[in-house]
Amino acid sequence: MKPKHSTGAGNACNLCCTKIEDFNVTFGKTEILKGINLHIHCGELTAIIGPNGAGKSTLLKAILGEIKHTGRLSFLDAAGKQTNRPTIGYVPQSMHIDPGSPVSVMDLFVASRSNAPVWLGHAGEERGKTLEALSRVHAGHLAGSRLGNLSGGETQRVLLALAIEPIPDLLLLDEPISGIDQRGMEVFYELVSKLREEYDLSIILVSHDLGLVQQYADRVVLLNKVIECIGTPREVFANPKILETFGALWFAKETTGREE
Amino acid sequence: MMHLWYSITGLLPFEWLQYIFMKNALLAILLVTPIFGIMGTMVVNNRMAFFADSLGHSALTGIAIGVILGIRNPLWSMIGFALIFATGILMVKNANKTSTDTVIGVFTSVAVASGIVILSRGGGFNKYSTYLIGDLLSITPGETGGLGLVLIAVIIFWYFSFNKLLLVSINASLAKSRGIKIFFLEVLFTALVAVVVTISIQWIGLLIINSLLVLPAAGARNIAGNAQQYHLYSVAISLCSGITGLILSYYWGTATGATIILVAAVFFFITSFSKKLLN
Repeated sequence: MKPKHSTGAGNACNLCCTKIEDFNVTFGKTEILKGINLHIHCGELTAIIGPNGAGKSTLLKAILGEIKHTGRLSFLDAAGKQTNRPTIGYVPQSMHIDPGSPVSVMDLFVASRSNAPVWLGHAGEERGKTLEALSRVHAGHLAGSRLGNLSGGETQRVLLALAIEPIPDLLLLDEPISGIDQRGMEVFYELVSKLREEYDLSIILVSHDLGLVQQYADRVVLLNKVIECIGTPREVFANPKILETFGALWFAKETTGREE
Repeated sequence: MMHLWYSITGLLPFEWLQYIFMKNALLAILLVTPIFGIMGTMVVNNRMAFFADSLGHSALTGIAIGVILGIRNPLWSMIGFALIFATGILMVKNANKTSTDTVIGVFTSVAVASGIVILSRGGGFNKYSTYLIGDLLSITPGETGGLGLVLIAVIIFWYFSFNKLLLVSINASLAKSRGIKIFFLEVLFTALVAVVVTISIQWIGLLIINSLLVLPAAGARNIAGNAQQYHLYSVAISLCSGITGLILSYYWGTATGATIILVAAVFFFITSFSKKLLN
């Protein structure tokens, strides 16, 4: 598959971008998000960090259109065409799938990709495409497994494969808080990084692992209802607000733990 | 159409199949059990068992409304009320953060209580007890025709909507990212469950109608590994329970609906057991 956004001009970042303008979300009288402005260029991984309840997952759901919000989302593709409805790939934080649920990975893919009802079985062509998509995340062997039987890391990889099929204009990743070990997390980040380069993806990643963010993100946004600060990982992690938000001890543990 | 059915079944050497009412009932079973087997898969996936139960019970109010309005066949007032009831629950559920269980519990209490109050006025509740346990053997050819139409409608809906329903049941945000109109789909599915349950109440009985929706799918879940097997087993269990239950009820002289449910329950326990053995 050809990278969708690359233009051959070499500098795709100036050519396509996603703009989030003045997003506000309120539940009842509580303001969850206020005045969020973000520009995301393709090939760029933007990590969103912040304390619990900062509205990180809410922001992703607002971008998806699942949660009501004010403000505008616009997308300008490489050919200069503007749209308010970019193709979005989404990896949810967790699936809460019942272990007894008789839904296979193949079912999930075919149900997402096509209108051919999965209760009648899977057409050969769809099978092939699913296996191809799964092989991108080294998960071809999981096609026949029940969703409920996958480990946390496997689920995450399968969901990633699903989110980039078809290659989206914007990829939203909500990193799981638990259920994946450190090694699984690193494998996931390496995959995301590789896919980003290969397909020139724009990625927004909600993360709890500051160490991995430091290593893989191009830009970091510190969110706590409003955007507290934004910049390269180096800039943001030098900002005193980070210490304020996460606490000095925790922060020290997180960053030194990673350097070993 | 019925002539064809009668002559086909006339060729079968079964004693219980000699009577016209049994022939009608068998045809009804062949039409209604696949409907419940199919729709049950998603009802169980979405944990809607309690909701379906509540829908069945709300039929009491539907009947009561029909009596007040003086409608001869209360089916229409039952369907109308079930639709309002179902959308009501959906809307309260979506607008509130109260747990779904509580919302459904409150709705059911109100519906059952007001139904009983109205129908028992003057001590005449006994007239309506057929609705509680159902009477499959009284089904007419015209009514089986109606069931046939419902089956076709369900299959068409399932053909076009199952993939989307499946995604919504797995993860709503994921479904949204694929451009699925979640609320619209939920309303449509809930309405269809409401109509199917309500139509079948007079044959199966409102006390146990929910079991026919839940048991076959729950049994199939124990042994299925993917969506196709899930449907296959669920419909198969539903059909087998229906036919076996009908025959047993003929020889035992028991209520058909409840007998079918007992057979389905046996299937459920067998599959649970075999699941344990497999693991």
